[in-house]
Amino acid sequence: MTDTNANGQSGDILLQMRGIKIDGMADDVWNPIIKGIDLNLHRGEVLGLIGESGAGKSTLGLAAMGYARDGCRITEGSILFDGIELSTASDEAKRKLRGSRIAYVAQSAAASFNPAHKLIDQYSETPIHHDVLDQETARKDAVELYEKLRLPNPSEIGFRYPHQVSGGQLQRAMTAMAMSCRPDLIVFDEPTTALDVTTQIEVLDAIRNIVRQFNTAAIYITHDLAVVAQMADRIMVLRYGELVEEAVTEDMLSDPKEDYTKSLWAVRSFQKPQKPLAGPEETSVIRIENVTAGYTSGDMVLHNVAFDIHRKRTVAVVGESGSGKSTTARCITGLLAPKEGRILSNGEELPADYRQRSKDQLRQCQMIYQMADTALNPRQRIRDIIGRPLEFYLGLTGAKKRERVRELLSQIELEPDEYIDRFPGELSGGQKQRISIARALAAEPEFIICDEVTSALDQIVAEGILKLLFRLQEELNLSYMFITHDLATVRSIADEVVVMLQGRVVEQGPKDQMFTPPHHEYTDLLLSSVPEMDPEWLTKLLEDREKNKPGIELAGN
Amino acid sequence: MKFLKELATAPPTAWFGMIVILVYVIVAVFADIIAPFSETEVVGDLYLEWDQTYWLGTDQLGRDVLSRLIYGARNTVGIALATTILSFLLGGTLGLIAATLGGWIDQILSRIVDVIMAIPQLIFALLLLTVFAGRAPDINLGFTSIAGASLTLILVIAFLDSTRVYRLARAVAMNIVVMDFVEAAKLRGEGLGWIIRKELLPNSMAPLVAEFGLRFCFVFLLIAGLSFLGLGVQPPTADWGSMVKESATLISYGDITPLIPAGAIALLTVAVNFVVDWMLHRSSGLKD
Repeated sequence: MTDTNANGQSGDILLQMRGIKIDGMADDVWNPIIKGIDLNLHRGEVLGLIGESGAGKSTLGLAAMGYARDGCRITEGSILFDGIELSTASDEAKRKLRGSRIAYVAQSAAASFNPAHKLIDQYSETPIHHDVLDQETARKDAVELYEKLRLPNPSEIGFRYPHQVSGGQLQRAMTAMAMSCRPDLIVFDEPTTALDVTTQIEVLDAIRNIVRQFNTAAIYITHDLAVVAQMADRIMVLRYGELVEEAVTEDMLSDPKEDYTKSLWAVRSFQKPQKPLAGPEETSVIRIENVTAGYTSGDMVLHNVAFDIHRKRTVAVVGESGSGKSTTARCITGLLAPKEGRILSNGEELPADYRQRSKDQLRQCQMIYQMADTALNPRQRIRDIIGRPLEFYLGLTGAKKRERVRELLSQIELEPDEYIDRFPGELSGGQKQRISIARALAAEPEFIICDEVTSALDQIVAEGILKLLFRLQEELNLSYMFITHDLATVRSIADEVVVMLQGRVVEQGPKDQMFTPPHHEYTDLLLSSVPEMDPEWLTKLLEDREKNKPGIELAGN
Repeated sequence: MKFLKELATAPPTAWFGMIVILVYVIVAVFADIIAPFSETEVVGDLYLEWDQTYWLGTDQLGRDVLSRLIYGARNTVGIALATTILSFLLGGTLGLIAATLGGWIDQILSRIVDVIMAIPQLIFALLLLTVFAGRAPDINLGFTSIAGASLTLILVIAFLDSTRVYRLARAVAMNIVVMDFVEAAKLRGEGLGWIIRKELLPNSMAPLVAEFGLRFCFVFLLIAGLSFLGLGVQPPTADWGSMVKESATLISYGDITPLIPAGAIALLTVAVNFVVDWMLHRSSGLKD
């Protein structure tokens, strides 16, 4: 098996899919998900599949393995993998191919590993099952691959359990696992979407290297254009189960033909004008004064955090997961009482516990959550979700309330008649997030905490949300605290930036200042880790980092 | 509309269960009209054979067995239903409160429940029924009256059974309390009542309703069991458990009369379980 791969020249067609049509079951009806797509993949080539969620990327990726998820079926088309017709092959034949010649790397490595077995045992399982390697060789091989993927302590890490290693390491271990039989084709399904930017770099680099070394063909599925630019030789843009455009990466980036592709490319260009810093005499809407807080008496999660949020300004709080961004928000809302320090609203101290705050104090500070799915009660209609704060804070009832709900719905650009009686389950992700915004607005607050509001959304949808938030800020004089780990978002909407690391504010200031050097070395690491649309970006970045090593140590991986 | 559509897809077992339950309900509600004789009237000689007048014969006092069976449906099912509803009101409310408030309230309630559950239910029930025997007054609710003994029975069993409901309601609500929409409601300043009624309850209904059916069966069996021991429904009120007890000896003479109330109990239990299985299946979101 390894021989064919090593000898295989890039140029031979490995996978040929013709007129693929796939149906999905929804509400007891079969609906087309993929509406006739052709796909060619040469040996050693990396093909990027991009598109919004629901475009059919993953479904198509799995179809390349001759697999259809539960509730899906491949209705038409041929899948020719190295001369084998997968659409008609028996389950037994397909099972033999999978793992040994075609492998799959899933989005969430944490959910895909078996928590009860050591990494190296899970690694060896496939090659032993397919009789490619014996236990001893498989283990040796694993260590070699771990080394190639630059995992720390390659000889020992395999003997840990999945929960004992970090997310980025797990994702690399999974890539190693996919490589264990030296397959001809690997399908990567959003392998870095769940990772921090700083960790993402390492995984991207590892995947790219190993794919090149073994001349493996890959299908790389993602919704992040900058990532696909680093990885793919060729890009296919999908939308509503149809092919929009296909071209070599460089051409696609420099010269997209279709309007939809252009709009995808333009997403990161939205930038709101930065407002000047507020004068020293102006009272801040929210002031966080030297807050130290923790969940148990022992470890403090926040250390002496202090910053101000002024009227009509957006303060972006950035940092990796675990840096204390959301904990700061919990202190402001009063869900977590700080051990030291206090929160001031318009110069007036807020009680530390939200239960002691007055209705008006609660009204002034609203929150929008990351997962709109869990932020909206699935058993309430939109009219009740938005109507409740109106009734609760402003005492509106009957026709007045109904009128105001409709007004709010038009304000967030949803047609009132169509949406007012729906349940959250009947809305798309972006629409749900808009409803969350409307619920916050209904309270007529002056300050809104946006906790990663766009990170669960596609880029085009996310941009719509950001534009909406910006417009509302202008119209209603709102102040935002914007928690995010995505620096592209920061660039587009922030006025001021607060960078947090391990519960401390390491740097803060106006946005333009933050995006120009010199900065704190952690800020630097964060900034430089954001993928750019230049296909050479990753290569250059890694070369730079190689030169001045110390910068990377901070990633603390 | 949606409910009717769901009904149409119900499996035959669920249909069987629903029809049986419906028949029981009709019999219980219209017992006065259906039964040929009254519940307690002595109509003939003792232990008469089955014949044209007394379809299932008479019992040890000469009362019509069929009539008592029909009234028994009302009494046994009615008491079991009242008990289950009461235990769900008590256990469900406390469980939801414990989950929402957490902290020491949750601790105290949960530990009390642990202590009660540590004592075997039947033995605890026997103890409490003995202690409270004859203390409760007869009450008249207008449409029906409840004998004091039955009232004691309802309260004791409801109290004991509410511990199980508490555990379930708390466990289900715990998963919902951590959702962002509950946090949003708390931060809005909503009171406990609103959070429980509008945020938690609608989202925990499915497992609670399924549990209701199951608990109803257990309560029903427990009451029948207690009656058989003589501590449940007191004479002269007709009840399937005590009917089995009173006529149990007939079995030795080859008379199957005592099997009929026992069969009535078994049939209802099976029927309710069929329906509950179906509902659990739906609420778990499994399609096939």
